[in-house]
Amino acid sequence: MIIYHPLLGPRDSDEFTYLGDASLIDRPDGLAEDAAARFAEYVYMRDNPAGTHRELWFHAAGDQSWLVVTRNTATHEITHVELASDVARARRAGR
Amino acid sequence: MGRFSALRLLYEGLTGNRGWTPHWRDAAPQPAYDIIVIGGGGHGLATAYQLAATYGQTRVALLEKGWIGGGNVGRNTTIVRANYLLPSNQGFYALSLRLWERMEQDLNYNVMMSQRGVLNLCHSDAQRDAAIRRGNAVRLSGADAVYLDAGALKKDWPFLDYDNARFPIRGGLLQPRAGTARHDAVAWGYARAASDRGVDIIQNCEVTGFDIRGGKVFGVETTRGHIAAGKVGVAVAGNTSRLMGMAGLRMPIESHVLQAFVTEGLKPVIPGVVTFGVGHFYISQSDKGGLVYGGDLDGYNSYAQRGNLPMVEHVAAAGVSLMPMIARARMLRSWGGIMDMTMDGSPIIDRTPVEGLYLNGGWCYGGFKATPGSGLVFAHLLATDTPHEVAKGFRLDRFARGHVIDETGHGPTPNLQ
Ligand SMILES: Cc1cc2nc3c(=O)[nH]c(=O)nc-3n(C[C@H](O)[C@H](O)[C@H](O)COP(=O)(O)OP(=O)(O)OC[C@H]3O[C@@H](n4cnc5c(N)ncnc54)[C@H](O)[C@@H]3O)c2cc1C
Repeated sequence: MIIYHPLLGPRDSDEFTYLGDASLIDRPDGLAEDAAARFAEYVYMRDNPAGTHRELWFHAAGDQSWLVVTRNTATHEITHVELASDVARARRAGR
Repeated sequence: MGRFSALRLLYEGLTGNRGWTPHWRDAAPQPAYDIIVIGGGGHGLATAYQLAATYGQTRVALLEKGWIGGGNVGRNTTIVRANYLLPSNQGFYALSLRLWERMEQDLNYNVMMSQRGVLNLCHSDAQRDAAIRRGNAVRLSGADAVYLDAGALKKDWPFLDYDNARFPIRGGLLQPRAGTARHDAVAWGYARAASDRGVDIIQNCEVTGFDIRGGKVFGVETTRGHIAAGKVGVAVAGNTSRLMGMAGLRMPIESHVLQAFVTEGLKPVIPGVVTFGVGHFYISQSDKGGLVYGGDLDGYNSYAQRGNLPMVEHVAAAGVSLMPMIARARMLRSWGGIMDMTMDGSPIIDRTPVEGLYLNGGWCYGGFKATPGSGLVFAHLLATDTPHEVAKGFRLDRFARGHVIDETGHGPTPNLQ
């Protein structure tokens, strides 16, 4: 797979380490009343779709940036790549 | 159908092999069953067989979206072992290994079970201590294990690179009763034995939804119409999240692709199964002579049933550093299968929040060895509504309760397991 890094251009996926579903950006509030239940959900439960999946990749052998890659898990086709920091910032602004 | 025997083989051989018939009935769906098992892999088939053979269930259907043996049961590298450390796993795998040892008699089918031994190498003093501890625990559980130092290993395994600079071989934990079996034959043998006992094996029948009303399951929607059922057991390996999603349930699972490889046929060179400390590399030799080997998961969510080139290269590099002699063997084929990787690497066999809906999944990359045990304990759960003694730890809610069964100590990182 070739990942189109927003800053560095096309890179071999072998340069990256994978973390998982991009929803891991949204860490629950540890002080909330139902924090234990929410963390159990956050740490262990996944949508795991067959099809479009937004996911976190770390450019370990490159610029050490985290990316949000939109990829089809049924075909491995990558349709969109963003810097995770941009995604996180946009989410915060949206709140 | 008739029993298989040496006499029958001789008779058929002398009379032009005209008496053989299909090994199981190609059943069409009836409107209703007591129990439906979804998924015609090893686990679903073994479950259907046990429901009929051990628990006296007569109205059982097994629904498979493709053909019997087309999933992971026909894609794995056939290793059977019982060398687990954690108590929740040990009893189950020890039972499974015992069932492997009598499977051919139970099913009247040649599954080519070959107890050629599985050897896990260790590369440091700490790993040696851990291996000996594991070996002791395994022996207490009823399976077998013997620790061999490098000197003892050289007798049967002279071709390993003992002085490898990064991963020198200090010794290894051998399980002599472990080995390999013919994976397709396991699927066919269970299908035949289940069908003979009245189970309807229904192929080309994909489950597309559940008939759930008031929190209880009443049947399934399929590409061949609605089928009613009192109980439904799901055993669909890499597709667990998708099926459970149809019932509105989220799972502690990611689906990942695991690749495997085989070389051209060679004369016998590798006596058993050996695993290396690098990249999960493991290798054995099939009865046809091909070297069968594999390594790590590709490492990203996938439902594609095929992997990518980087892992092909990693696995080949690990293999050549373990045994340089295979560098000149030519790789014949590679393929992939989709694993339901759980957040602790251990399976789930449990009821679900939907009444009448039961789950058997999360077998990760090690479910072939579990096939006979899994069938027995899942049939037990379906028939009696209580967990089998050796499967009590495999609960669905263990993650939220903090009772994970993390054999490798990886934490909730399925791609690194
Ligand atoms: C490359 C590779 C190597 C492996 N090596 C080993 C090994 O050496 N030792 C070991 O112990 N394990 C190994 N495994 C793991 C093992 O193969 C699996 O854990 C095990 O086979 C899974 O159980 P199963 O046989 O029931 O799965 P499967 O054979 O995959 O059965 C599941 C079935 O469910 C069907 N299904 C899915 N969705 C639906 C639906 N909606 N409706 C109806 N049917 C459906 C599928 O078509 C499939 O046939 C390996 C796996 C792979 C991919």
